[in-house]
This record gives sequence, C-alpha cells and structure tokens, in this order.
Amino acid sequence: MSVLQGIRVIELANERIAFAGKLMADMGADVVLVEPPQGDPTRGYPPFDGQTGNKSLYFWHYHTNKRSMILDLDKAEDLDHLRKLISQADVLLETEPIQRLAQLGLDYQDTSPENPGLIHIAVTPYGRDAPESDLPQTDLTLMAAGGPPWSCGYDDHSLPPVRGWGNQAFHTGSHFAYMSALTALLYRGESGAGQFIDVSITAALNVTTEAASYAWHVCEATVQRQTGRHAAVVPTGETQMLCADGKHVNTGVPPRFPREFQNLLTWMKSLNLDKEFPETVFLEMGAAWEGQFDLSKIGEDDTITAIFSAGRDGLKLIAQTVSAYEFFVGCQEAGLAVGIIYSPEEVYEDEHFKARGFQASLQHPGRSEPVRYPGAPYKLPASPWSLRHPAPELGEHTQEILSSLE
Amino acid sequence: MQKALENFRICDFTGQLAGAGATKWLSAFGAEVIRIEDPVRDGRWDILRGNAPFKPGQKGLEHGGGFNNHNTDKLGITLNLRTQKGKEILTELIKVSDAVTENFAAGVLDRWGFGYEALKAIKPDIVYVSNCGFGHEGPYHRFKTWGPIVQAISGLTFTSGLPDQPPAGWGYSYMDHTGGYYMAMAIMLALRHKQNTGEGQWVDLACTEAAVTLNGPAVLDWTVNGTKLRKEDQPHSNRSQFQPMAPHGIYPCRGDDDWIALSVRNNDDWEKLVTLIKDDWTGAYPKESTRLSQQDELDSLVSSWTSGFDKFELEAMLRALPIPASAVRKPQERIDQDSTTRNFGLWPTVEHSAMGKVQVDGQPVQFSETNWHQARGAPCLGEHNEDVLTRLLGYSSEEVAQLAEEGVL
Repeated sequence: MSVLQGIRVIELANERIAFAGKLMADMGADVVLVEPPQGDPTRGYPPFDGQTGNKSLYFWHYHTNKRSMILDLDKAEDLDHLRKLISQADVLLETEPIQRLAQLGLDYQDTSPENPGLIHIAVTPYGRDAPESDLPQTDLTLMAAGGPPWSCGYDDHSLPPVRGWGNQAFHTGSHFAYMSALTALLYRGESGAGQFIDVSITAALNVTTEAASYAWHVCEATVQRQTGRHAAVVPTGETQMLCADGKHVNTGVPPRFPREFQNLLTWMKSLNLDKEFPETVFLEMGAAWEGQFDLSKIGEDDTITAIFSAGRDGLKLIAQTVSAYEFFVGCQEAGLAVGIIYSPEEVYEDEHFKARGFQASLQHPGRSEPVRYPGAPYKLPASPWSLRHPAPELGEHTQEILSSLE
Repeated sequence: MQKALENFRICDFTGQLAGAGATKWLSAFGAEVIRIEDPVRDGRWDILRGNAPFKPGQKGLEHGGGFNNHNTDKLGITLNLRTQKGKEILTELIKVSDAVTENFAAGVLDRWGFGYEALKAIKPDIVYVSNCGFGHEGPYHRFKTWGPIVQAISGLTFTSGLPDQPPAGWGYSYMDHTGGYYMAMAIMLALRHKQNTGEGQWVDLACTEAAVTLNGPAVLDWTVNGTKLRKEDQPHSNRSQFQPMAPHGIYPCRGDDDWIALSVRNNDDWEKLVTLIKDDWTGAYPKESTRLSQQDELDSLVSSWTSGFDKFELEAMLRALPIPASAVRKPQERIDQDSTTRNFGLWPTVEHSAMGKVQVDGQPVQFSETNWHQARGAPCLGEHNEDVLTRLLGYSSEEVAQLAEEGVL
C-alpha cells in the first residue's frame, strides 16, 4: 500500500504548487485538481505531444495520478461544492492571493471548525502576511528575489547571472510544501490535530543557496559567481573541462590521496600520455607521498602546490584525449568523483538508471505505445511510488467527485 | 508550542549537506536527532566540520560555519566503531531509535556490520534511509558524487547557461540542498508508513534520480517526441522554457554587478512596460509573436534601457505597473536588508557551545500549531556523550568517563 493512500488532497490549480501535488499523488494520495471552467493555463504550455499537437507534456508531467474537477468559484453553488470538498479533505494545497480564501469564507478559520484535522498549506511568494505576495511573479523573478542567480553564471561578470532552467523556484517551494504536509501528517497521526501552514517560496530559495547565505551569516563575506563551479569568496580553480567529443565533464575535487595519484598515473601511462606530460614527476611524488597530504598548504608549500596542480593538469590532458563518458567512467574507476555533463535525454537513457528501473511508463488513452516518464525519486519497497494513471482531462472527474459528496 | 516530531528518534550518521540538511528539518520540528561521529578521525568524515567560513577570530574543529548551519539542535556523540564496545553501544542506540540515516558511499555501513539486515535483526521495525549519488544498486553504485557531480549527471548543469557559452551550471550544491529535502521526505514517508502499519523498510535514495525528475517536461519531450536538448547551442536558461514570454531575462543595471530580472507574460504586461520605457523602438514589438521571434534584438534594447537605472529603483517602478520583476539580490540584500525574510523569521540566532551566538538559515515555513524551533548550534565533538549514554542507555557518568578513557567514545 502506498504511504499516502487514503489521504485526500485538494489542490487549487496553479503552476507554482503543481509539483507538490504530484509528489503526494505519486505516493498514493487522492489529489483533486480544482480547475476553473477554462482549465488551468498550463494545459497550454509547451512542449506538446507531437501526435495530437495540443496535449501539453508539461501538464502530463506535473499532474500524473491526479483527478480533475471544474469549479467556478464565482458561482455560489460551486463554492458550496468546494466548501464540502474541503470539509472532507485531509490537505488543502493552494497559492491564492493572500485575501482570496478569506473573502470566499474558505480560509483556515472558516473551514477548521468543521474539519479540525485539516492541514491547510498556503504557498505564496513571500508568505501569507507579506503584501508583496500579491505582486505578479514568474519563476525567474522569484529566483532573482530568493538568491540563487547571484551565485550562478560565469567567471566573466559582464555576462548576466544565470537562472537554472526548469522552474526550480516552483519546485523548491513545492518541496517545502510537501515536507510540511508530511510533517503535519505525522503529527496528526499522533494527535489527530490539523493546522495551517504558511510556506514562502522566496524564503525557501533563500535557504537553498548554501554558502552564499552562511558565509554572510558567519563573517559577512560575499560569494562571487564562477563558471560551472561553486560561487566563492576567494576564487577557485576551474572544474569544468571540455572532452575530445565536445561534451563537458565536472572534475570535482582533483586527486589528493597517494592512491588517486597512482591511479591517475597508471591511466595516463595506458594512454601513452605520461611521456609528453611535463608534470609526471609530481604525480609520482604524489603517489609516493607518506603521511597527510595537507590541502590547506596549497599556495604555501611549493611541493604540495605542484603535486596538486599536476593532478588537475593531468586530468585536463586526459580529457582532451578521450570522450566525456570515457573520462567519467575512467575517473570514477580511479576513485575520483567526476561527472559527465549529460543533457536530460542522455541521462534518461543511461544504463545505470535503466538498470535501477528508473524508467517508468504509463498507458495513455488513444496511444498504442505507453509513454515513458521519469521514475521514482526514492525507493520505498514497502510502500512504493507509482504511476497509476495519466494527467486528467479537464473536468474528467467532476461528476464522479460531486456524486461522492452527496 | 507542541513539537510535530517529538516522538521520533533518529540515529544519524549523515554529514555534509545532502544528509545533514535532511535531519536538520527533523530536529527543527522536535525529533531527537543523535549525530554519531568518529572520535579517531575527529568527526572529519563530514568535511564541513572544522571548515571555513569561520567567525572572525575563530578557527578549528568546533568552528565550521557550514557545519553549524546544517546541524542545529542535534545531539552529538562519538563512537569508535572499530571497537567491540563501540558496536555494542550503537546496537543499544538503534534499539531505541525509529530510524537510522546515512549518506556514505554505498556499502560503508554494511562493512561496519550495520547493513539493513543487521539493523533489522537489532530492531525489526527500523526505518533505514541511505542517500548516495547513484544509490546502492546499479552499474555505478560504487561511483562517488558530490552535489556538483549529481547536478552534472542529472542534466541540471547542462540546462543552466547562456548560448555561445559552456554550461554555467549551479554555483552551489543545489542537489545537496535538494537531495537533503528528498532524504527528509523519504524518512518521513517511511515513518508515516510505520505509523500506519508498524512496518519498517530500507529506502534507497539516489540523489541523481531525484534530480532527473526536476527536468520532467524535457524528459517527456524526448520520450514522446524524440526532441533532444543537446543541440548546436547551449539552452538559454534565463528565457522562459514553457509559457511563451518575451522579454524574459536578467538585464544589467547601474552599479557594481547589479542586475534585474523581468518577465513580460502577455500583451498587457508589454503595454504597461511600454509606458515606462517611453521610446519609439517599442513600437516595433506590439505582437507577442514578434517579441518571441526577435528575442536577441529585444534583449539588447531592453538592456540598454535598464542599464541606466539603479536596480531597486527600477524594481519599484516595474512593480508599480505591475509586471513581474525583481532585482537580483546579493546575500546582504536578502539577509540584512529584506523585510520579507526578516519578518518571516527566516534567520534565527542559535547558541553554539564554542562559536557563541551565530545567525543561521531557518525554515521557510510557519506552522500554526507545531512550528519549528532552532536555538542550539551544532554539537561539538562528543558534546552529548554523557547525556545520551546516561539518559537513554542507562550508563552511569563514571562508566561514560571510563569509555572515553578506553577510546570507545
């Protein structure tokens, strides 16, 4: 049995919270997506299914396992339906303007007397008490406000800071909405009591910026963005390298243990690169190093600095000779935490993820072949993640849900 | 105020951010999180312990700024698991815990004799959550990762950048933070299952898999349409990938490395913006289709306009229209100078035994009945040995002192 089976979630459709609803639905919750008569706007977002030309794959992804119900909240009758729906729900997930539900008589103080177990999760740009939450926002402007782009981009600061792709501001807000729901469900499991939860998306981003925040907390230092690696207070060496096939890798931390220097040396020899590499002698010294190889002495101790640089330069030389995939696997086999920079389609088809069963699939009405989806973010064997049915058609379940309310 | 998770005890081997970040959430909501550290290596299996940034005038094992930030309100004990007695104490601790959590490389806990089968033999309903980059099964399960490696593998690095440039990636470990969130979810899901059924389980969390799900629409565009994101040009991730919007980007402002993000979602937004720009060139772009097809030209025109303004003045003007806009905030601007984060109570100050008072990242949520609470800094090495061993495991203070002398603690 999935963990959240038997939990009814009411999600007032909005792109900001769709992912939180999906995370719950994929763990078994009955998530009712409440849409306006014209449908949620994301039904019109690209990319589209090429077969029909108008089915949004964006919508497919974010609404797996949900049921759709049309409610026109400007109509008294539909408002009553929503009130009834909430009175029987476990979780209300919404990102409405901050006064909207109070105006409808559906805010937590209105609904909780009848349903004291209700967990009402309001996700807003800046929190329920901040008037700024009613300003128009996009994923991009939320990100800029919350901090991530300051740390992302290039060594060349004439280029703008970069926002990572994929609506990650919405995701980050949704992650905290979901974590809040689970926390409140665990508490309700012990106490029976529900509660109101105020989630701020920009606050969520603010605490998802690693040292950009805590370097400021601790010593008022400001990190600066760098190409393909951590923003830092003191500039660091590059870690992103171009391989012979035109793809990039991230080299992470270069060798720093004798065994790693030895493995690197062995690999260079097998590629016949050791003779032309002027720093081979330093790799040999690294391989023969006794005692602690103290990285904090880089820049102070000439020998340690030379050996460490030789490790980085050796990796760079190999990268120029082999494909990114060969580099990735070769380094990992040498004990170095290195990653190939895959595109989303490349990682999806990688043998490791296939072998782990990450490729999920779902039969869609009107299609002969099942559609392949990203799979489980975590594996709970006793109470598994699952895809049970595709994203709903607009209002597909309105009647079914209404009759269950009678 | 009640604590949401006070009935749960976690035997916690996590470290860095991808693991420690997960149990930080649990401890903030009142779970008793007991961090176990290795006395022989001074707890340095967590590289953040004793690492910069430091408070001015401080340095050393007990003063790491990141370590403190990620381990608030946890208890800390030392256990030398090379010793038989150390293993016995761990066994006793597991018996009184609800979950065991770790983010070592695959197989480490098993080699110490505490793999899932062993854990289950000690406590049949134990929840065990392991978090490692590639998971505990599959061809790459022996491969190692850090946050940036998870981001590289999963497509998140590739999809962050500007055209004609290499990938920019994420300038921090987005997937250590987010991997920690998924680990917190996994722990709570498994605890909820145990609450429902009394049954424990082992959750094998692979951070890279969680990361791939964060590019879902791109994956579907591949599986359904065969569309690849790897093309001649690097994706332009400051542009809108889904809802068509233009202009949509990060533009320069007056000042040192000052920038503003703005989005024009539709013709209404554009017409409002035009009243502010007040320049003839805007007349060439009344149609969304034109703005979308000529984004490069449009971006350079918008850039020349924005570059004359102070970013906060321009933000105020754009928000008055209103259209979506925000200055790209620097750390100081969002931590010290932003009323929205301060009013939300996002930056609590904790008391650390060695560092003194330190401001840390709080939680971006407010619960009406069981809110989070962060008051104590990260534990010093072995700070709670006596508390945990006497209160939970029935040892006397003399026995604890003896164990420390024998090198068990």
